[in-house]
Amino acid sequence: MTYLPKPKLHHPKLPTNELGFTRRDYEGSISTLCAGCGHDSISAAIVHACFELSLPPHRIAKLSGIGCSSKTPTYFLGNSHGFNSVHGRMPSVLTGANLANRDLIYLGVSGDGDSASIGLGQFAHSIRRGVNMVYIVENNGVYGLTKGQFSATADKGARNKRGLANLDEPIDLIGMALQLGATYIGRGFSGDKAQLVPLIKGALTHKGAAFIDCISPCVAFNNHVGSTKSFDYVREHNAAVNFLDVIEGRDEIVVDHAPGTVEVVRQHDGSLLKLRKIARDYDPTDRIAAMNFLQQHQARGEIVTGLLYVDPDADDLHGYLDTAEKPFNQMTDAELCPGTTALEKLNAALR
Amino acid sequence: MRPLEAVNDFVVKFANVNGSGSASANQLFAKSILRMGVPATPRNIFPSNIQGLPTWYEVRVSEANHLGARGGTDLMVAMNPQTWDQDLKSIEPGGYLFYDSTRPLPPSKFRSDITVIGMPLTAICNAEYTDSRQRQLFKNIIYVGALSALLDIDPAVLETLIGEQFKAKEKLIDVNIHALHLGRDYALQNLACPIGLRVRKADAIGDRIFIEGNAAAGLGAVYGGATVCAWYPITPSTSLAEGFTRYCNRYRVDKETGKKRFAIVQAEDELASIGMVIGAAWNGARAFTATSGPGISLMQEFIGLAHFAEIPAVIFDVQRAGPSTGMPTRTQQCDVLTAAYASHGDTKHVLLFPEDPHECFEMSALAFDLADRLQTPVFVLLDLDIGMNERLCAPFRWDDNRRMDRGKVMTAEDLEAGRDFGRYLDVDGDGIPYRTYPGTHPTRGAFFTRGTSRDRYARYTEEGAAYQDNMERLLRKFDTAKTLVPRPIRRAAAEPTRLGAIYYGSSSAAMDEAVSLLAGQGIALDTLRVRGFPFHEDVRRFVSDHDQVFVVEQNRDAQLRTLLITEEEFDPAKLSRVLHYDGSPITARFIAGRIAETVSSLKIVPLRKAVP
Ligand SMILES: Cc1ncc(C[n+]2csc(CCOP(=O)(O)OP(=O)(O)O)c2C)c(N)n1
Ligand code: SF4
Ligand SMILES: [Mg+2]
Repeated sequence: MTYLPKPKLHHPKLPTNELGFTRRDYEGSISTLCAGCGHDSISAAIVHACFELSLPPHRIAKLSGIGCSSKTPTYFLGNSHGFNSVHGRMPSVLTGANLANRDLIYLGVSGDGDSASIGLGQFAHSIRRGVNMVYIVENNGVYGLTKGQFSATADKGARNKRGLANLDEPIDLIGMALQLGATYIGRGFSGDKAQLVPLIKGALTHKGAAFIDCISPCVAFNNHVGSTKSFDYVREHNAAVNFLDVIEGRDEIVVDHAPGTVEVVRQHDGSLLKLRKIARDYDPTDRIAAMNFLQQHQARGEIVTGLLYVDPDADDLHGYLDTAEKPFNQMTDAELCPGTTALEKLNAALR
Repeated sequence: MRPLEAVNDFVVKFANVNGSGSASANQLFAKSILRMGVPATPRNIFPSNIQGLPTWYEVRVSEANHLGARGGTDLMVAMNPQTWDQDLKSIEPGGYLFYDSTRPLPPSKFRSDITVIGMPLTAICNAEYTDSRQRQLFKNIIYVGALSALLDIDPAVLETLIGEQFKAKEKLIDVNIHALHLGRDYALQNLACPIGLRVRKADAIGDRIFIEGNAAAGLGAVYGGATVCAWYPITPSTSLAEGFTRYCNRYRVDKETGKKRFAIVQAEDELASIGMVIGAAWNGARAFTATSGPGISLMQEFIGLAHFAEIPAVIFDVQRAGPSTGMPTRTQQCDVLTAAYASHGDTKHVLLFPEDPHECFEMSALAFDLADRLQTPVFVLLDLDIGMNERLCAPFRWDDNRRMDRGKVMTAEDLEAGRDFGRYLDVDGDGIPYRTYPGTHPTRGAFFTRGTSRDRYARYTEEGAAYQDNMERLLRKFDTAKTLVPRPIRRAAAEPTRLGAIYYGSSSAAMDEAVSLLAGQGIALDTLRVRGFPFHEDVRRFVSDHDQVFVVEQNRDAQLRTLLITEEEFDPAKLSRVLHYDGSPITARFIAGRIAETVSSLKIVPLRKAVP
């Protein structure tokens, strides 16, 4: 089995973005996932988001752990460097990469097994450090790649394909991200691209730790009756709190909705997050209220989606560490090595 | 029993209680001897505990420059009643015991073959100070003052050192000097000074410096251009990351903006530390972690990834004995095999073995060049003995013309000019491919990093032939490494001999001394100090030049010997084990004893005697 390069024949009428790229320029090689896998829709949404934001593909680094979800970075952004690391440890690799060059955009892709089971610790710590990244968990409630075992996000009582119930309490990554201080938090559904693309765009423009939990049904192992991560179940229980639009540029937008139904949040880079409210009393800038809201609705069996929390003025790990503006990987000997004069002085002090 | 008499050649041991503030007083003592121009080598012997348990500080004074541990104690400064019996026992016949005589002890508590020197330290302190913390701290300075009289140490030197130590806190200088003289004057008036052991001004230090190996390695990382340090605290490696932090704050903070040209992250565990290092190095920064054996165990999976994905990473392993509940504060060379073959699959790694702080600095800086040049993890194997003890060593040197060797990195210009880029393509025949940093070129040079399921152009494949092709290239790369790691250092005995010894790392000082001890017994020994793995071809030459080769190590299983036999296919019968592994540093007495024993049991006739 070798890789399948995608034919790069451009349709002359394909729309281009500000950089002159078409959507095809943001694609990768052909997916080898199961037909209908939710993960492929997320890849498509990432392509869409990067294209619409006119991001230079080579300025994005995509990192992942291990799993079907973690394989997907091969299937988008073919002109970006990618790193398929080890199971559950993408967050540390991404953190290191981010430290080395603060100028790139870091996109971490993971699965629910990768992040909530084996990698729960790294998930948590990368978020509490405020690494500037987009961290997407493609959440299907199972280990797809090892053939359908329950993961740590599977709901208690949910049944696997053979009818056996999951006995353990689920880990709610959104709840954890809120508690750990992520500064942009969204939940999407691979079956709702219209909602997902702007969520990803908002995360890409956000400075700080942006986390997206995207329910992404596994058609091979977790799409049956009795599963709480199947397409049908998620559609039935989806409770969106808002609908996001990401508007670039600094122009003030005209609000053409009834008062109280739209909220506009300006992020540090000047981009505007325009939120059409669905749940009228939901305030995505209030962390504690968001926690309460989520707990209450989750208890009713609802899957709350949308932009759940944002701190538009967040800082990141580089800010906390007070590192130089120039990326470390471009620093020269003169910037890094103190040289002989300093060493002679030090030698003298050590006698 | 005649009391021992020695000038500039004896061992003083301080028995203290952990957390009693004795460390800086003891250090003052050691430094005063150095300042008198006499080599002194201190060693901390401490428990895995913060307060209350016994600690020892041993100072070997040796004008002949024996810097290894000697074993035995000539003067015991017994400040810990808890360890009295064992401390008393460890004194050499004819040696001296200095103790706090405030509370009288029965004669059964002493030995008749030593000189007992009692001084009512507690009583003196209680009379002088009211504050309990002061009583505790100044007691230490008071005994240093008394020792200066007993051992004939120049008090002016001590005063200068106190002045330097409290430069920033002027007030403390006078009170410390006062305490010093309190002790000194008491001793001069009440004790027979000096005793048979004396320090006499000499000129045996030269331009050498005095520093811990961990600090030196941290400094080496600064000079080597490391910008990212990710670590998780573990004895005895913690002070390496702390050293890096200290020197970065001194040398790497932008004077105008105050911004830092480094990032140090205390990770949540060793998996995360090595993950961060690999991520940073993948992205073109120089990065390292510092840990010890248990941390290396946790890093195994990632080390394999870095090996196969060919990502530079520098790992300092400051070795210690045993697992976490083993002997974490005792020294050993016990991670040699773990490091050499770390991780799953067919992996081999580059190892460096510094002998002292000077080499810790050099090999630290070198490790970053090697890691970049070879695109692979590089281990620097220190141990507690050189890592956490100050040691006299050659001054640090640097060449301002030296530039970081970033290895084979394709630039945007290379890619623009249309140079063929295959991430795993061996263009030069040395097994080392080219890499690109992320973000280099808009349309060329991007690749997807993964373990081994890819071809020479980093395209996904699970074909056996491509896998094998890659594995063979990795072997070629390892051969290239042989030519790049530091060469072993060979020393010939004064006369021709068929006996050789191989040693490495912190055994060095004891080995040098053992060679002269053995020469005194008529056993001539050629030596080879191994400084890196893979082994340079000089190692093969050395072994074939000798009939019997002793491999001197500080572990139970003869790990370097195993590595030599496995990698070089030497005849095991030719390599004799000399193994020290009780957690204390190896001594010359031990090495010479073992070798002499083996020589006589093997009936090896030294060459000199065989010639009629
Ligand atoms: C250390 C380690 N243990 C186990 C595995 C086997 N493994 C591969 S993928 C996977 C689970 C992936 O689940 P998830 O992250 O949910 O990804 P999905 O396939 O569902 O997208 C496991 C257990 C591994 N690769 N590494
Ligand atoms: S097994 Fe499940 S997660 Fe994996 S590719 Fe198939 S559908 Fe997707
Ligand atoms: Mg999964």
